[in-house]
Parts: sequence; C-alpha cells; structure tokens
Amino acid sequence: MARKPQDYKTDVHNNWCPGCGDFGILNAVQMALAELDLEPHRVAVFSGIGCSGKTPHYINTYGIHTLHGRVLPYATGAKLANPDLTVIAVGGDGDGLGIGAGHFVNAGRRNVDITYILHNNGVYGLTKGQASPTLKLGIQTKSLPQPNINQGINPLMIALAAGYTFIARSYAYDMKHLVSIIKQAIAHNGSAFIDVLQPCPTYNDINTREWYGGEDRKDPQTGKPLPRVYKLEKQGYDPLITPGMSDAEITAKLNKFIEKALEWGDRIPIGILLKNETVPSYEDRILQRIPFYREMPPAKQTIADELGRPAIDLTKFLEELKVT
Amino acid sequence: MHRKNELSWLVGGAQGSGVDSAANIFAKACAFGGLYVYGQREYYSNIMGEHSYYQVTVSDRPVRSTRSYTDILVSADTETVFLHARDVNPGGAIIYDPKLTETALSKVAALEHRARHDLQRYLSSKNLPETMGGMLQDAQARGVRLYPVPFDELLQKMTGEKAPQLSVAKRMANTMAVAASCALVRYDLKLIERALEDVFQGKKRVIELNLRACELAYEHILKNFAQDFPLVLEPLTVSEPRIYLTGNQATALGKLAAGCTVQTYYPISPATDESVYLEAHQLFERGSGEPGAIVVVQVEDEISAITMATGAALAGARAATSTSGPGFSLMVEALGWAGINEVPVVVTLYSRGSPSTGLPTRHEQGDLRFVLHAGHGEFPRIVIASGDLEECFYDEIRAFNYAEKYQVPVVHLLDKALASSSQTLTVFDPQRCRIDRGQLVSTAGEGYKRFVYTETGISPRSALGTPGGIFWNTGDEHDELGHITEDPVERVRMMEKRAKKLEVAAREIPLSEKLTIFGDPNAEVLLLSWGSPKGAILDALEVLHAEKHSVCFVQCRLLCPLPSDDLAQLLQKAKRRVCIENNYSGQFAGLVREATGIAMDHRIVKFNGRPITMNEVYESVKQILSGKAPRRMVLTHGA
Ligand SMILES: Cc1ncc(C[n+]2csc(CCOP(=O)(O)OP(=O)(O)O)c2C)c(N)n1
Ligand code: SF4
Ligand SMILES: [Mg+2]
Repeated sequence: MARKPQDYKTDVHNNWCPGCGDFGILNAVQMALAELDLEPHRVAVFSGIGCSGKTPHYINTYGIHTLHGRVLPYATGAKLANPDLTVIAVGGDGDGLGIGAGHFVNAGRRNVDITYILHNNGVYGLTKGQASPTLKLGIQTKSLPQPNINQGINPLMIALAAGYTFIARSYAYDMKHLVSIIKQAIAHNGSAFIDVLQPCPTYNDINTREWYGGEDRKDPQTGKPLPRVYKLEKQGYDPLITPGMSDAEITAKLNKFIEKALEWGDRIPIGILLKNETVPSYEDRILQRIPFYREMPPAKQTIADELGRPAIDLTKFLEELKVT
Repeated sequence: MHRKNELSWLVGGAQGSGVDSAANIFAKACAFGGLYVYGQREYYSNIMGEHSYYQVTVSDRPVRSTRSYTDILVSADTETVFLHARDVNPGGAIIYDPKLTETALSKVAALEHRARHDLQRYLSSKNLPETMGGMLQDAQARGVRLYPVPFDELLQKMTGEKAPQLSVAKRMANTMAVAASCALVRYDLKLIERALEDVFQGKKRVIELNLRACELAYEHILKNFAQDFPLVLEPLTVSEPRIYLTGNQATALGKLAAGCTVQTYYPISPATDESVYLEAHQLFERGSGEPGAIVVVQVEDEISAITMATGAALAGARAATSTSGPGFSLMVEALGWAGINEVPVVVTLYSRGSPSTGLPTRHEQGDLRFVLHAGHGEFPRIVIASGDLEECFYDEIRAFNYAEKYQVPVVHLLDKALASSSQTLTVFDPQRCRIDRGQLVSTAGEGYKRFVYTETGISPRSALGTPGGIFWNTGDEHDELGHITEDPVERVRMMEKRAKKLEVAAREIPLSEKLTIFGDPNAEVLLLSWGSPKGAILDALEVLHAEKHSVCFVQCRLLCPLPSDDLAQLLQKAKRRVCIENNYSGQFAGLVREATGIAMDHRIVKFNGRPITMNEVYESVKQILSGKAPRRMVLTHGA
C-alpha cells in the first residue's frame, strides 16, 4: 500500500507565520517522501536553527533539529555511519551560508549522498528579520534600520565551486516543481543541493510571493502578471554531465550553468542546473578503502561477542608493537 | 656511581635531523633487550631547525617517568650541549662532535633569548669561554666524562657503495651518536642492528648505511677510550611479551577495542597522531572471522568533528573525535547538544600548553576546569582521566561504555605527556574488557518515546533507522518524544531526568574505576593527583618507600562525577595532604576543596610546559617531610 503525505505528518502544533514559504517546503518534502514510498523509519531529516529548523518536528520520520549552522556535519555523520538511511538536511540561508558556510563548502568536497534543502528567504527569520547572506546589497527589508551594507552571495555559484554534484533551484510555492526536484535530489547519488526561494511574508517585504509571481508587472495585453520565476526545463536546458564527456562539452555546460545562475531580477530560473555523474560519492570513495562498507557500515558492525568481549582481534596490531 | 641497567639518556638535535629516529633506535634496542623503557619527546611547534630532544629512561624494573638528570647526553649539534650539559650527572657522559667545540654561543641560532642570556651569564660567572667548549669544560670540571666522536671523519671511511650523500650523512650523525652511547654502556651492537631494521622497516639501503655508520661509531669508542664507564646496560631474558608504543597509539587501540567505528578529527597537536594511526589501521578482523573497519574522517573544523561524530552516534555507531584545547573550545556548543539529546559521543582531549594556541607542542593539565564546565547551562557529562599509557587503552573502552550506559557525552581527558611519551608495557588484553551498550534497542514499537521518564533517568535508546524507534532531537528543551517544549513543568522533569543519570553513574561505577590508592592511605604524606603525573609519582614513591618514608598516593580517575565522598574519607584521615598537577592554579586541589571542604596542605604545580619528573616529586616530598615546604610549590625543571 503506497504511503500518503499524511503518513509523514506529526501532530505537533505548527507555529510558522501564516503564508510562510516554509509550509510549501514542508509539504513538498512530505509529498516527495510519499511518492518515493520511503519507510518513515529509514528516513532522517536533519535541520539547523531558524524558523526552517523546526521542519523535522512536523515530519514523521527520524527528525534531528541540530545547532545553528551545523546541520550538514550532523547529517553527514549519520549517513556515513548508516548509508542505508535516506538523509535530508534542511536549513535557513543564515544557517547554511552564514554561520555554517564552512560546512556548506566542505560538504561539497565530500559529496556524501545526502539532500540539502536551503530555505532561502533573504532574512534571519527567527531572530526577527536581519539581513541574511543572500540578501542583495542595498536592499532594505522590513526590519532593517538601513539598507543592506553587504553584497548578497549566490548559493548556486558557491555550490558549484564547492563541488556539489546536483545543484537545483526551486520555489516554495510551486509545489509540483519542488516535489519533483526533491525526488530527483534524493535519487541522486551524491550531495544534492536545492536552493529554495522561500518568501518570508513577515520580514522580507521585497522578495514576496507577489514579486516572484510578477504581480507588479502585468502584461499590458492580457493583464496577467509576468512571473519572474521561470523553468529551465522548459527552455531545453540540459544539466547532465556524464562520464565520457569531453572537456570542451563539460566546459560548455559549466558556462551555461554560470550564465543561468547569475540571472536574477526580472528573470529567475528554477530547475536542475547541474547533475554531474562523473564524481564518485564519498561512500563510493570509502568503498575503495573498505570493500565491505555497504554491507557492514559503522553502525552495523558487530563490536562485541556474545559474552560482551570486544569482537576485534587486535593480535596483528599488537604484534607490530611487540618488543619481546 | 656504578650502576647496571639504570640509565637516564637524552638525545637532542635540530628538528628534522633524525632525533626521533635516533631516540627510537636506542629505546627499541633497549626494549628488545628485555629492559623497561620510558621515553619523553619534547619538540617545538616547528617543522625544521628548532631544538627537539628525546629523553629515555631505561631500567630493569618498570619505569614510568623521566629523571631530572641525564647520565648520557647524546649530541651531534651545539644546541643540545648548550641546553642539556648542565643536567648531566657527575660521572655521566657527553657524546659530541669535536669540530663544534669552538662554536660560539652567539652563533647558535635555535636558542631562545632567555636561554642564551642565562648561558652567557653562567659561563662568564665561571670564567669560561662562551662556546660549546666552555660548556664541556664546565661539565668536565663537575666530573662528567667527554666523548668526542668525529662524525665526518668516520663517515669518510665509508667509501664506494656505502658512502652516503651529504644530506643523509647529516641525519646519520644522530644514529652514530646513539651507537657511541651504546658502546659506552657496553650494550650489544646486535640489538642496535635489530632496532635499525625495525625503525627503518623495509628500507634496505638506509638500514645498511646506518648500520655501517653505527659500527664505525661503536668501534671509535672502543678503540679510543678505556672501557670503564661506570654505567652498564645488559640485555635480560624475559618471557613476558611486551609492546613499546606511544600514548596516541594506546588510545587508538583502545578505541578499536571499544568498537569505535567512526572517528572524526581536525589536525591538531598532540592529538593528530591518534587519528593517523587509526586511519593507517582502518581495516581489521573480528574474532568471528568477520572483517571490521573504522571510518576516519578528516573534517573542516572541530565543530564539524564533534557534530559529525554525534550524527554517527545517533545512527548507532560508536563514534569519537580527538582533539586538544583549541579544538575543544570550538566543540563546546555541540557538547551541550549531545548532553541535552543524551547522545553517547566520546571526545578524547589531549590538553597542552594553554590558553589560546599556548604552547602547542608542550604539556599542561590546564583544561580540567574547562572540561568540567564546557558548554552553557547544566547538563550531565562524564569526564575520566588516565594516568598512564595502559590506562589510556583500558579507559578508552570504559569511556564508550559510560557514554552508552548513561547516554551522555564523555570526555577522556589526556594530555601531551601521555600522547607523545612511549613506554614498554605488558601486551594489552582486550579480552579482559567488556562492551556494554546500555539500553540500545534493536526494535521499538507502538508508543515508543525516546526520552521516556524512568526511575534512573535512562531511557531505552533507538538508533536512527530502527523500526518503530522514530524520535526527534532538538537543542531546545524537549518532551519525551523529543519535540520542543517550553512548559515549565516539563522543563523541570527533563532537567531532573538528565541530572539523575549522573547520580546513577556515580553509584554504579565501581570504586576501582574512580580512584586508585597506592600505599598505605594512613601514611604521613598523602599525595593526590590525576592524569599523567602518576608515572613520576609512582617512580618517586618507590624511592621514598625504599628510604622508609611514609607516603601514599591517591590517583583520581573519575573527575565527573567526582567521587567526593570517597575522596573526603581518604583526605579526612590524611596527615599531610599534597596535590600535584601540571597547571598554574592547582585546579584539582581547588575542585576537591569545593567538593569536600578539605583544603590541601601543599599544592605542587608545574606549568612551564614540561611534565613533572620523578626527581621533582621526590625532592618536593622530602621538602614537605622536612617541614620546610611552602604551601604552594612551583616546579620548573626542563629545557
Ligand atoms: C550559535 C548561535 N548564534 C545565534 C543564534 C540565534 N539565531 C537563531 S535563528 C538565527 C537566524 C536564522 O536565520 P536563518 O538561518 O536564515 O533561518 P530562518 O529563520 O530564516 O529560517 C539566529 C542567528 C543561535 N541559535 N545560535
Ligand atoms: S518569520 Fe518568516 S520565515 Fe519565519 S515563520 Fe514567519 S514567515 Fe516564516
Ligand atoms: Mg533565512
């Protein structure tokens, strides 16, 4: 019997503000899990700190709400210890690109098979709307006393430079799109990063649902809004890098990636920007060193015999150190 | 001063010039000959050029510490003579390169300003030239014997096939000096050969070259000097199998025995070698014939190290990280997270000279108070401190057991002295140990609550992936399921639940794992300590007991929860209470006073970055017995 999104819900009281983009992301995760029909106990959702950090409490799988900025190393540890788990990490833009930026970059180097969903709302929601690392220079959102003095960083470009092998962007209010991207991210073998544009109606009065939807710029002919967000897949954009591609082909792909990643303002692309199948996952690299890693990962080794004595045979190592 | 099989030996030289290898060759040669060996490694935070030295104590009885004096000083450079000649015992020896005798103190680059000034003053006060020769004259005047070994000339005898390149020759001088010292004590060259083969494993040409050079140095001593050096080393036949290893290795082996399958780390002295050893020994066998492995991850920082290990522990692996003070400083927020979420993660902490970067490669026990309180707020943790290499091994296994039984983070507090000292020990026996995973459940079911309230405060723990065992964690205060709560009643219950676990631990952990008493606790003087001073104290105790002094030693191993009642009982009865530790303020003495109300009569402290020697303990106790000791005694030995 296939599972339904309902099966992934808890009865924990949700205390996000009405209309928060986080609801979209939460629902999309639950729908993706249901459509993939993943057994709840085989899934672990990790989060950082922030409004977004509360996500795991609303999902009926293992849910680990960690520290501000540290979601990726916690999630990585769990995945490496038990690679059978489906591990999803979620967190805010402050969480992942401010305090946790070092982990964000280094997780890319590792390419562990996890999915990382960034709730990109341009603000520090839970601390009442300060500028987040993605907020553009000169923008003054509601609770900023003065316009933002820093440049905004581009999560997609950092992800590329760091080595993420699956890089996508989606939009919190495009449920179908987001569900599909999350499913593909989970299916990807390696670190999958999804930058989700997440309106924060309470503190970000610039990048609102209306703004993304283009309500401010209606087509003079039809009178319909011209959405800023558009879908890459509809433009024939092909994110795939596969083994055997020539250097020139790969360079062309990356150039295209950069071109798209830099678009902002009137046209904001969403979709999969990169799916690189040429880089082995961290687990596959471990497998080169530990041939039985998949069958006997760290969490599943028998470490004691039936009497409780250490199961390891240290003879060989002690022999190396013997002097008499 | 005729002595057989009792020697304090020191080799020094520029970092990167083969001092460690030379010391290893000597120590191994002694160990292969059935002698007990203790080696202390001292080095700068530098890759090449600064002065490092290695002091080796050899005996036919177990040795656990360094002496303040040196019987044989082995050098091939000037720094070593300048810095250590004054510690050579009358009747002892200095092996040196005669071509360096004219080298002026002012020309010796790798000396600290303070040391240079002191030496200048010393030499001029004795009307001696400010050269290495001046130091040698001074030593000779005190009855030290001088043994010049012309390394270059000897090396020139190696022709053809066997002639080394200049750069290699330079490194070989140290090995030759070792051989010369063995000739002095009439120790069998065959054992040096064996040590060479062991230290330069598989490098045939290196072994050949070094062996030839050693022969030349050995012959040089036999040919040019009377064989009347009063100290002799003689191999013994022993049937007991022994190992020779460092504290980093002992701890790593303890982790393997404990079933640790994930180790994370960010490089830092003096912890790194442990992780490197583990990665080099990643694959192993289980008694059942099954293969086993540990995943070692070098991460981006210490925050990642502890959080990744915690993630692995959540998934059910025994997981640990290893660090030193600066790294642990970064870990504290995550320590609290493990505390509130009751995750059994183990942190092996090698303290070193502090604060900040401090003395990166030097010894100190300055982190005790920090470790006990690290993290904001109140949460249970267990802190244990090992006193020697054997305990490093066995305690590491206990660390994991405590962590899983009481579902708390555990800090295994070690230090630089333990990390980089090496010792001959009876082969470890993992079969003596038991692995206790506490209430780790393999299945759970309907109504499972990860943090269910229980009598002991300990709740059945499921690992991520366990059917029916779904739970939530949060750094916020949580309810029994692990969801956020700010309810005042729930808060009190949860705090009490967590706190209770430590009371249970305090009750259940046997006294033998909390503290050890050496000697009669009703002695005139009770020495109290924790961690690495144990070796020096025990070695001193042997001498003091032989001289019929009434002294006992209490080593505290469980630092949190502190066995306050047991300590109070012992201290109340004690006549003179003395606490010895490697920090400035006497942190443990203060802690004990806080917990028991009993103040120490004397606090012996040392914080110059060097471990306490046997002689320092001995002399301090003698001073205390004489009634002339101040309340706070500061030890300062060490170059
Ligand atoms: C170490 C630390 N510093 C500061 C905070 C306070 N804090 C809580 S949430 C937050 C910002 C969250 O912003 P973001 O990551 O963008 O998440 P959002 O609330 O927008 O989802 C901060 C700074 C904290 N919890 N921990
Ligand atoms: S503050 Fe913004 S991000 Fe946080 S819950 Fe409210 S709307 Fe959502
Ligand atoms: Mg945010």
